[in-house]
Amino acid sequence: MLFTPWSSQAASAVLDATCEKPGPVLISLQALQNEFGYVPKEAVEMVAKACNVSRADVHGVLTFYHDLRTSPPPKNSVRICVAEACQSVGSRKLVEDAEKVFGTQMEESNDDIELKPVYCLGNCALGPSAMVDGELIGRATANDLHHLVKAKS
Amino acid sequence: MTLLIEPDYGTPAGKSLDIVEVEIDGVSVSIPSDTSIMRASALAGISIPKLCATDSLNAFGSCRLCVVEIDGRNGTPSSCTTPVSGGMKISTKSERLDRIRQGVMELYMSDHPEKCAAGDECEMHGMAKTVGLKEVRYEGQSHLDLPKDESNPYFTFDSTECIVCNRCVRACDEVQGTFALTIENRGFESRVSSSGTSFIESECVSCGACVQACPTGALTEKTLYTIGTPTRSVITTCAYCGVGCSFKAEMRGDELVRMVPYKDGGANEGHSCVKGRFAWGYATHEDRITTPMIREKITDPWKAVSWDHAIDYAATKLKALQSEFGIDSIGGITSSRCTNEEVFVVQKMIRAAFGNNNVDTCARVCHSPTGYGLSQTFGTSAGTQDFESVEHSDVVLLIGANPTAAHPVFASRLKQALRKGTKLIVVDPRQIELVRTPHIEASHHLQLLPGTNVAIINAMAHVIAEEGLIDRDFVNARCDLDSFARWEEFISLPENSPEALEASTRVPAEEVRKAARLYATVPNAAIYYGLGVTEHSQGSTMVMGIANLAMATGNIGRTGVGVNPLRGQNNVQGSCDMGSFPHELPGYRHISNPKTREIFEIQWKTVLNAKPGMRIPNMFDSAISGEFKGIYIQGEDIAQSDPNTSHVHAALRALDLVIVQDLFLNETSKFAHVFFPGTSFLEKDGTFTNAERRINRVRPVMASKTGKSEWEVTCDLAAAMGYEMGYENSAQIMDEIAATTPTFSGVSFAKLDELGSIQWPCNAEHPEGTPVMHIDHFVRGEGRFMVTPYVPTDEKATRKFPLLLTTGRILSQYNVGAQTRRTANVVWHSEDILDIHESDAELRGIEDGSWVKLSSRVGETIMKARITDQVPAGVVYTTFHFPESGANVITTDYSDWATNCPEYKVTAVEIAPSSKGPQAITEHASHGDVELESIIRMANQIAANVPTNTAPEHAVAHHIEQFWTPYMQERLMKEVDRAALSPIVIKALALDLNHVLS
Repeated sequence: MLFTPWSSQAASAVLDATCEKPGPVLISLQALQNEFGYVPKEAVEMVAKACNVSRADVHGVLTFYHDLRTSPPPKNSVRICVAEACQSVGSRKLVEDAEKVFGTQMEESNDDIELKPVYCLGNCALGPSAMVDGELIGRATANDLHHLVKAKS
Repeated sequence: MTLLIEPDYGTPAGKSLDIVEVEIDGVSVSIPSDTSIMRASALAGISIPKLCATDSLNAFGSCRLCVVEIDGRNGTPSSCTTPVSGGMKISTKSERLDRIRQGVMELYMSDHPEKCAAGDECEMHGMAKTVGLKEVRYEGQSHLDLPKDESNPYFTFDSTECIVCNRCVRACDEVQGTFALTIENRGFESRVSSSGTSFIESECVSCGACVQACPTGALTEKTLYTIGTPTRSVITTCAYCGVGCSFKAEMRGDELVRMVPYKDGGANEGHSCVKGRFAWGYATHEDRITTPMIREKITDPWKAVSWDHAIDYAATKLKALQSEFGIDSIGGITSSRCTNEEVFVVQKMIRAAFGNNNVDTCARVCHSPTGYGLSQTFGTSAGTQDFESVEHSDVVLLIGANPTAAHPVFASRLKQALRKGTKLIVVDPRQIELVRTPHIEASHHLQLLPGTNVAIINAMAHVIAEEGLIDRDFVNARCDLDSFARWEEFISLPENSPEALEASTRVPAEEVRKAARLYATVPNAAIYYGLGVTEHSQGSTMVMGIANLAMATGNIGRTGVGVNPLRGQNNVQGSCDMGSFPHELPGYRHISNPKTREIFEIQWKTVLNAKPGMRIPNMFDSAISGEFKGIYIQGEDIAQSDPNTSHVHAALRALDLVIVQDLFLNETSKFAHVFFPGTSFLEKDGTFTNAERRINRVRPVMASKTGKSEWEVTCDLAAAMGYEMGYENSAQIMDEIAATTPTFSGVSFAKLDELGSIQWPCNAEHPEGTPVMHIDHFVRGEGRFMVTPYVPTDEKATRKFPLLLTTGRILSQYNVGAQTRRTANVVWHSEDILDIHESDAELRGIEDGSWVKLSSRVGETIMKARITDQVPAGVVYTTFHFPESGANVITTDYSDWATNCPEYKVTAVEIAPSSKGPQAITEHASHGDVELESIIRMANQIAANVPTNTAPEHAVAHHIEQFWTPYMQERLMKEVDRAALSPIVIKALALDLNHVLS
């Protein structure tokens, strides 16, 4: 995925649009991540100032959501649902296959790819489910995921 | 007293007027309907196991230990989050509840050290016993190998003992209002965190609220490990700022283990700040001097002597000076750091043993304009409210005060109110923290130029008059209508409009109008102010302007409103109450009043001088001119704290005898001939009076390290001069205060011990004291409006000195730093820093953190610069905590026209980069007849400030007669060239001619 390179100026512009909204901390962090692909440490103070909350408040939210990341993302991100419904229709196998196909372990990442577990994508009827760079896939196989990643990179 | 364990009711008290009856384990309780089941049970004497609940915090319901059963309801609700309702039948014990609690507790204990370092301090282990937990069956992953955070100098955070109950996070949020803590991550990874950094790098202000709230040993005072568990408690009062927090001094033998804020303390209700909670180590610092010392000349080394010798030496010298140079050649200064009793005996010694009224107090340099201004308008020198009142304010107008640094515990209370919806207007040249800080934002910040306070308050009053916002019912019922009519005419003049004054104040007129409307149109608006109001050439005028505003809008005489000076020191209120001013006897009664004098003359068996004595600056001037020869200085470092250091040093050098009574050798003692070692607050027995007139007991937790109480030393000195005072203890001194001072007539140590604290007036009419003053009528009868013309200060930015310097203090340090510099508080602030705006810094080639030379017309000093947007362009700011930087080398001897309170808040300066460090302080010497120059300045300043729409010469003559010594009056009459005086002063002199010469 293509993100704007981090700069505090660009971040200020993002925060100008979010800090006045209700519940601004989470919205701001998500907006920053959408823009830059991640929320660097130095953004914590900026978000705190913009939303008039403490750094600790921002840190609490930032670390609570697994979806928010503090380091730049790899080129592609693959998430596989490992919640109950998907497990019952083969997500364990999907994880094993994906680890082989992508040559990396679950919860590990390199510059190109990361594999992460996710607990329910709300797509239980079509499990096992996965998500590649934000795109939802039902009845997923490791090959599907691999093709999609190739197509996206 | 043995160790005092205060009861914890689990949740805060209910406030509802709706009382319901419930039955808990068969016991009936009647209780407000918004009370939790947990609190209701505790009040019925039934304690329910709990971990995440404590009564200083709102219920949270996370630990699941406090579950109960309620007749007719399913499940086991948590008793902390479930409110009572009428007829409820609750059981707190059953087999099912035991099983649940044991199960929960077993899970907690599986990830908690079997033996914690905190020992009995750990509520967890106690609770495990209470719920009957016998064994822990679980094994597996735990947090027991996490590292400790020792970065804070006073407490440890040991995550291995943490059960993530959130009490610390909530204490930081709800009580302190700093929001420095959070829970990071989620699930098993959840940990208490100071935003992912160590405590010292975080936003933590080290108030100690989290340590107090922690139910385990996770957050613990380090002294608990180094000294051991305390075994006894003494309730006493903090000796730092004017908030006057009550503490339990927890002792192990003679050693102080920790100071724990006392929940029943009227001022603080269980909260504290870094100074009171932790910065008490100076009391036993190795720099303490505990033996009296004397020396012939200030260049001689000190010689330690016995008390008898030192007292005899001092008395002999004082008597010799008086016989050679006259009765008036000696005097003394009382300290606002000392107890009421200690201060009372010093002023008594000066009036009775010295035989003159040359007594002044360090309040001269902070809140003397409050004394003058509130006496003129309301009739007495005191804040009108208790601190609790702020919780009922709809708007708070905060002027020239920075509570989060200088009055932190009040600031927390104010922040609580602001988070609940109270609106805030800040009037300050600086962007103080309260203008915008997590979860708080001021509605208006009137960022005025230093020195233009009166212009702002007049502009606000103008808007209120012009837009029909005056509360005429209140004014008609409560105020002096002649004074009101004169004031209304004055304030309505176009020159007082915000538009006309915008050029002076630099505050947009529309912003002033909005702020004035906000203040005037809510049901309850309160004013809180600090030294940013008083320490100006128009300090007294500003205080009167504030009083006018409150009266005009009817914001006086009930809860939630009022005029509240935030006192700088622990006992500023008390030292003023105790007759420390040269023109006033205890209880703010003028020395010229024969009836008042008679009360004291009978009690003291002496004859009192009816003329006012010298103020501190008069003493300095007179010392330089050679009239004033000897001074007794009780606990005040005037050589560092008073303005224009070179002038003060010259005065001290000119004196034949300087007696200093202090804990440490300080800047002033460099000029002293006698040093009487003082006692710390931990050794004192007496009372302090805080900013809300609350008289709190100060109880000794250890024996005096000098062998004597300070009041004994004063009494001994008086006796050696031939005047016996004969008290056996300090309670007897309070009895004498009560016997002679109507506002204190009901006060005694016995009553204080019984009630905890008393807000004066305490007398037959108000036997338990007076939380809110001026309820039905003002102390002086009718409230008096005073005309307050804005007279710009003579201290102006010029081409040579284009910036305006304003000074203040910081959270971790306190005034001249004599105490706090001798504690670990230097971790936060180890030197004075000059705050400068980016544009001013850039213009001068100054970089952040570099040395700069700061110069004014009276001196130069060097300190480090910090580039910040907290000051506007054209204004710079620093603190005065460190003698090395000596910020007062720069400040001038300009002062308030009515009280001589120094104009610390405005000094024209220039800043330049410097290659050298702070050793390069330069003092500019004073020339000529300094005293006569001061007399001319003061007289002209009075003339410029009195209202001109009535005969101003009468006001000037009256003022001079009330506050000037006969000697100064005579010099004004006889020695001053009339051409140097304003026409009003000349007219006044003609009026007063007969009087002065008679």
